[in-house]
Amino acid sequence: MRRSSSFSESFREVGLLVFIVLLCVVFQLRNHNFLTISNIRDMLADTAILGILSVGMMMVILTRGIDLSIGSTIALSGMVSALTVIAFPHISPLLSLLEGMLVGLAAGALIGLLVARFNVLPIIATLGFMNIIRGVTYLVSKGEWVSAYQMSDGFKSLATGSFLGVGNLIIIAVVIFIAFYYFINHMRVGRQIYAVGSNPEAADISGIPRRRVIWLVYAIMGILAGLAGVLWVAKFASAQGDTATGYELSVIAAAVLGGVSISGGSGKVSGLILGTILLGILNNALPLIHISPFWQQAIQGFVILAAVLTNVVVKRNNQRIALRRRAI
Amino acid sequence: MIDRTIRINKSWSWRSFFFQWEWLLVLIFIAVNVVNTTLSPYYLNVDTFLQMPMTFLDKAFLVLPMTMVIILGNIDISVGSTVALSAVVMAVAYNAGLPMPLAVVLCLCVATVCGLINGLLMTRFKELSAVIVTLATMIIYRGIAYVILLDQASGKFPNWYSFLGWGSVGPVPLVVIVFAVCAVGFGLLLHKTSFGRRLYAMGNNATAARYSGVKNDSIIIVVSVLTGLMAGFTALFLTSRMGSTRPNVAQGYELDVIAMVVLGGVSTAGGKGRIAGPLLAIFIIGFLNYGLGLVNVQAQVLLIIVGLLLIVSVLILNVRFRGKHRSLAPTTVKSDTAGERPGGTVS
Repeated sequence: MRRSSSFSESFREVGLLVFIVLLCVVFQLRNHNFLTISNIRDMLADTAILGILSVGMMMVILTRGIDLSIGSTIALSGMVSALTVIAFPHISPLLSLLEGMLVGLAAGALIGLLVARFNVLPIIATLGFMNIIRGVTYLVSKGEWVSAYQMSDGFKSLATGSFLGVGNLIIIAVVIFIAFYYFINHMRVGRQIYAVGSNPEAADISGIPRRRVIWLVYAIMGILAGLAGVLWVAKFASAQGDTATGYELSVIAAAVLGGVSISGGSGKVSGLILGTILLGILNNALPLIHISPFWQQAIQGFVILAAVLTNVVVKRNNQRIALRRRAI
Repeated sequence: MIDRTIRINKSWSWRSFFFQWEWLLVLIFIAVNVVNTTLSPYYLNVDTFLQMPMTFLDKAFLVLPMTMVIILGNIDISVGSTVALSAVVMAVAYNAGLPMPLAVVLCLCVATVCGLINGLLMTRFKELSAVIVTLATMIIYRGIAYVILLDQASGKFPNWYSFLGWGSVGPVPLVVIVFAVCAVGFGLLLHKTSFGRRLYAMGNNATAARYSGVKNDSIIIVVSVLTGLMAGFTALFLTSRMGSTRPNVAQGYELDVIAMVVLGGVSTAGGKGRIAGPLLAIFIIGFLNYGLGLVNVQAQVLLIIVGLLLIVSVLILNVRFRGKHRSLAPTTVKSDTAGERPGGTVS
């Protein structure tokens, strides 16, 4: 059983990889500029924010939760940091990052409190906060935009700058992927996230502080969303009230595509990276092969549905194989 | 681990009659109206009360089936997209030369099929929670609407069609009449038929209900189809009132509708709640919005208020039911049926 399940999981990742390669070949055939260094670098930079968020979403989904509020959190933290940059043009970019993360933490901690302490369903709590945070964003900005010329160069260089030829965004995303790979695989709290997600009752009985773990997961999601918000605003050099509306769906799609099971307790960082890259290609490369951007949403939806259905079918097959083995 | 008690409350007492969620809602409703009256001298007259519901009742059609969905312990966040898709298909079909009555029928059909697809996905793939199924179809339906209409608006409906949204029979707007009929129908279905009782049984404990002979799958499909059909009604009245439609119409309706249902005292854990609560909640939120609009409160503040209402009412309900039912909240109720698929129990 153990062998068959690990086989199917690696099969899943190989399958994803093959699909990505096939997609790249098709795109390259339709547009010869697809596989150039500069285009790949652009696409990775565009995917970096998605990647940062998908790490947090993976942990939320691991505990059987879901977070629909992150699009709004991105907008709020981006807006707050942009307004601070206007007020204090010489503020250090790192302080802006910290500020955004604090805003995100506040939102995530509140949601976590509702879910972990007061037993509110994650979808209800985050749906409510999606509206509340979006409303607060409009109130904070008084309905106005912050545009590129109002932001300092140091702030914008957060996203546009590069270190040793690699864009800052990519570096941040890679660092986060590595840090959280270590966190969920080799640290006690990280393993507890899996335990809580795969069997809450057992986790309770074995003395895992289930509620604290769940709270932590939403708080981390909030911090990452806050970070992503600052990067988002720095990258696009504009902060608006409706920034990142609906972006949570892309993030959930990336996590689900990467093999994070929506029923909790299973999912790996390696799969998540592949899922993020695949979704990044779908999001950014369609215009390159002359597919109308209006198709993007429908394609994304079908890809999510296909991914979760494949997940179910593979799991059923596994169970059947395991049962056949047990039969005499 | 999950202990739920089903109370059979045969004896009628004043105490249990007055300590009901619905009375609290009535009080809130009165409070909203008192505040509105003090805010604006033009508020309190019969005309306002009859005409105002026109502005929010199109959304309310979705509250009726959503009550059933949440009593089942499920959730449906694809309703807004279903409204958009069916409205867009109707508008495009009419402008392509289909007679309007047929286009209206087409709209209802598209919406019903959308609901049916949700239901089939949920019953054929029980491992998937309703959240993820409707999340996927939410993106797909709205995506298809964008593919059909790109970023344009479509309209130019015949004159009689606007009667649906704006017309009235005597002093009472048509929407109010149609909605009242639907509400009575859903109320009877939920509280006076065996179908309704099975719905509650399933919401309380799906596995137990299945072993006592409730056909879980067909109930989920019926509820999903009803949800689709009502989304079609919403699409009809909404487009009629607006005069045209766009792919981004009805965005965020799912939140408003779920907020109304939960404010109405329907527990998201499933199995609890009555139709009267959500009906009162529709009017509370509708009148509140209207009153705040009178004093020029921004639309963004309304966003915050609806969000807060949702959270606060869930909190109150959770605390109220704390003693009676203690579940491991962040887990979904559906998980216990997943392991018991026919294929899984064969040894």
